[in-house]
Amino acid sequence: MRHLLSPLDLSVEETDQLLSLASDIEKNRSKYAHVCDGKKLATLFFEPSTRTRLSFESAMLSLGGSVLGVSSADSSSAAKGESVSDTIRVISCYADICAMRHPKEGSAYVAASKSSIPVINAGDGGHQHPTQTLTDLLTIKSLKGRLGDMTVGLCGDLKFGRTVHSLIHALVRYPGIRFVLISPPELKVPDYIKENVLDANHIPYRETTNLDDAMEELDILYMTRVQRERFFNEEDYIRMKDCYILDQEKMKLAKPDMFVLHPLPRVNEISVEVDDDPRAAYFKQAQYGVYVRMALIMTLLEVEKPC
Amino acid sequence: MLNISGIKEGVVLDHIQAGKSMEIYKYLGLGKMDCTVAIIKNARSSKMGRKDIIKIEGPLDSLDLDVLGYIDHTITVNIIRDERIVEKRCLSLPDRLVNVIHCKNPRCITSVEQELPHIFYLADKEKEVYRCQYCDEKHS
Repeated sequence: MRHLLSPLDLSVEETDQLLSLASDIEKNRSKYAHVCDGKKLATLFFEPSTRTRLSFESAMLSLGGSVLGVSSADSSSAAKGESVSDTIRVISCYADICAMRHPKEGSAYVAASKSSIPVINAGDGGHQHPTQTLTDLLTIKSLKGRLGDMTVGLCGDLKFGRTVHSLIHALVRYPGIRFVLISPPELKVPDYIKENVLDANHIPYRETTNLDDAMEELDILYMTRVQRERFFNEEDYIRMKDCYILDQEKMKLAKPDMFVLHPLPRVNEISVEVDDDPRAAYFKQAQYGVYVRMALIMTLLEVEKPC
Repeated sequence: MLNISGIKEGVVLDHIQAGKSMEIYKYLGLGKMDCTVAIIKNARSSKMGRKDIIKIEGPLDSLDLDVLGYIDHTITVNIIRDERIVEKRCLSLPDRLVNVIHCKNPRCITSVEQELPHIFYLADKEKEVYRCQYCDEKHS
């Protein structure tokens, strides 16, 4: 039995296989409509989420399976003080696979260590969000035709943005990757990512506070939202929430084949005028998220690929 | 000259950095053990100038050498039987530490679920960096 806690739980080969399966699902959806008949997915969301939870539910329903779950800590036994370990032991009796989001970092590791069903980390605080990473990889691969040999700009909250951390972990395994890290000084990529991931893998990167200057060198621009829930201090959040706003003026500085990704939800960081630009790929990205989660559920449940 | 008698059966922790013996005493839980313990502070050492030494009369099994390796892996562990050194053990940084150090990250799951063991892994041997197994926060 396998879990998915971090993007690194899958080797490059396994990731490529998963992305290939997701691409096949995209092209032949009806072929996969009953591969999970009779299987149940538990969605344990102890933190508010709309799209990730619905994406998982949509994925399981599209495979013919069913879904049960909780969508906030208030409506679960966590409100009564139940531990993650106890919750997952019980949920293991009710479902075949579980997708869990929890505000505390490392919660998915705790769940996986006590679970008798595969656990998918659907976000553990500001730590890891591997299925968003798989979504991002599938989007990049589908749009650019490759995952290496490109310059990826990461912009916004690079400190607490778990999607950014997970994406860095995943992309450094492909040759020719270079990063431009664009953030205010207070929201820079944490040292442990720089030391253990970028430096350890000899990945070229530069840090800047200026988005305009970086635009022309990017093949992918990954925008992120400054998340209110990650700040202990409201004043800090207000000061930094609109530090970067991508608009058409900035898009004019970019290459014609650069694509803009965003894990969503967007607040102010991408102006709505950018939505009509053919390089805006963030809504397409949400669709890819369903395909990749379908592929992941099939893989972890060891469901046979239909002929 | 201060004279402390030898031990018949037990352990002598030698080459402890001067001033570190009380920290080791605490980490090893020697205060809770029912055995004779002698702490020698600021002993003269040709190698170190000054050093601390701890002599423990009792079996080695009761000591967590992983903790010792974490605190100071340059310490020499001398095993004594019949008042003679029968073995010298070298320590190394342990790959994993359980309930030795604690995660201070308020966002870590261990900050709310008190029963969880505090587990750290050796992330960088050269720089002697340990990170929390749950949240990857660096121990400082």
